[in-house]
Amino acid sequence: MSEKILDIQQERLSFFTPAGEVKALNGVSFAMNQGDVLGIVGESGSGKSVTAYSIMGLTAYPGKLVGGKVWFNGHQIDEMSEKEFRKIRGNEVSIIFQDPMTSLNPVYTIGNQIVEVILLHTQKTKKEAWARAKELLELVGINEPERRLKQYPHELSGGMRQRVMIAIALACEPKLLIADEPTTALDVTIQAQILELMQDLRKKLGMSIIMITHDLGVVASMCEKIAVMYAGHIVEYGTTDEIFYNPQHEYTKGLINSIPKLNAEEKERLVPIEGTPVDLLNPPAGCPFAPRCKSCMKVCLSKMPPRTELSDTHYTYCWLRQKEEFEKGGKAE
Amino acid sequence: MSEQKNLVEVKHLQQYFPAGGFGKNKRYVQAVDDVSFAIRKGETLGLVGESGCGKTTTGRTLLRLYEPTGGTIVYDGEVLFDKEQKIAVDMLPYRRRMQIVFQDPYASLDPRMTIGDIVGEGLDIHKLAENDKDRHDRIISLLERVGLNSEHANRYPHEFSGGQRQRVGIARALAVDPEFIVCDEPVSALDVSIQAQVVNMFEDLQAEMGLTYLFIAHDLSVVKHISNRIGVMYLGKLVELADSYELIAHSVHPYTRSLISAIPVADPKTARQAKRIVLQGDVPSPLNPPSGCRFRTRCPYADERCAAEVPEFKEVGPGHWAACHHLDKVAD
Repeated sequence: MSEKILDIQQERLSFFTPAGEVKALNGVSFAMNQGDVLGIVGESGSGKSVTAYSIMGLTAYPGKLVGGKVWFNGHQIDEMSEKEFRKIRGNEVSIIFQDPMTSLNPVYTIGNQIVEVILLHTQKTKKEAWARAKELLELVGINEPERRLKQYPHELSGGMRQRVMIAIALACEPKLLIADEPTTALDVTIQAQILELMQDLRKKLGMSIIMITHDLGVVASMCEKIAVMYAGHIVEYGTTDEIFYNPQHEYTKGLINSIPKLNAEEKERLVPIEGTPVDLLNPPAGCPFAPRCKSCMKVCLSKMPPRTELSDTHYTYCWLRQKEEFEKGGKAE
Repeated sequence: MSEQKNLVEVKHLQQYFPAGGFGKNKRYVQAVDDVSFAIRKGETLGLVGESGCGKTTTGRTLLRLYEPTGGTIVYDGEVLFDKEQKIAVDMLPYRRRMQIVFQDPYASLDPRMTIGDIVGEGLDIHKLAENDKDRHDRIISLLERVGLNSEHANRYPHEFSGGQRQRVGIARALAVDPEFIVCDEPVSALDVSIQAQVVNMFEDLQAEMGLTYLFIAHDLSVVKHISNRIGVMYLGKLVELADSYELIAHSVHPYTRSLISAIPVADPKTARQAKRIVLQGDVPSPLNPPSGCRFRTRCPYADERCAAEVPEFKEVGPGHWAACHHLDKVAD
């Protein structure tokens, strides 16, 4: 068993907006070991990005951690100051954002932006830093790195910019790489290139990756473990096979059924999840998914379900599973 | 279904957008170049391709939202546009029969109009409502048809979620009782669970009202699900066209094959075994597309012939069309 790199316990985070308190995370817990690849899936507004951003301290005003503990690589994140965050950001943990078009600074060259990170976090001289930048571009598969270093972001295509973003993220060999929808803005053929690259790099460098996406196809091919999020809760957590072949939460089942299958011979009707996502300003009292759930029971509307352990690696929060456990005479409440 | 006549026919459709330069040096973005296809009455033709391949432009040019720079458009036996014969008819009567649902539900609704007025605008333009009460009733029944209710008519677009807005966009298109709808990436901006709701609604409406769709999307799985036939575009050209199942299972064009293999499958076991054909490089600029076959710069089979000759778009099997010089090599 390798060492634990990330441990989040009962994290609660809210955004205090003029309209009221938006409860973005409502008690999120999970842990990651060195070298794990975790996929976080969910719809927009489910809190998947916020979870990852909070590890980097990127949820500043109006966001506020209102409860829970977060340990990352020996640091207690929930008690860190901005100054301390600066030391780990880009160094021990780094991030690739969704939109490569807007996440690079348009007025600096690619080279400048990579070198900046290296100079900030290492003792390297300028010359060494530029050499390292060139190495990084080669690593992420950009040809003619010398020339590219002198170019500006607008001179590169979307796929190339995302490669540059990856190079910047890897500059200091982070322990944890957060990829926030890294391929959503890209075309499928370019997406395939980037996913391939990320898999190669992981094998070479052995870092942990948190892959945030709404695309179940992407997690199926990239990740070993999956956390399914809904309205600021992790509703189900398990290995990729457990989530895809034995989903236990009604939301996970709904998600899997609602995507069209490419290789289906017969035309099947899609099974959508009815209703609309919850309003986080006024989340329901019980299970957040209850208003859209087909098998909703009375208890679902009033009380948040406790965790049901299905195997060592698989758990879910659903009253239906609790009921089954109870009927089996298990350890449920 | 296959016996039915063609509702829409385009031949050698061309759309070049001017992009600077004067006189001889004038440059053009060759957004759509020599695209020909037909859509049968009552069917759904899917159009897929990467961004910038001209699929949206094809849809819009077909409705003459952009004036084509070449080719012919025939709708229900009547010529709407013919560059050589210099025919360009007044589109207003045809707008009643041909409608469009736009991609971005956040940008395609006027923020200062109520939902009722947005849906009713088409009724006003085509003078379809007899009086105010009739107009109101029609708007309500349209909203109900797309899964909204009468209360929504007096609200403004910002009060709605993405999925609901897309429903408003669909109600607007249905208002004039059209026969043909261009669906331009109608579900791309929606979450998966909502996407399935909207896709099902498109199917229900088609069954109830006998609509014909041109369904444009970059997500091949969605297009495969909803379409009878699929056309694949690359850099302004149609490269392959076939029945949906045929296209997925027996594609012959190297681009289609790599596109299919690049799609991440939501099934871990298949995903682990799958051999991806990863294309190298990026899509070239449509300002200066490669000579001959436009795909040759990324194609594993390309040779001198591909650079010299434009491959002909020809029938390779019953109802299966493709444009490639090396079909024999691509086949396994």
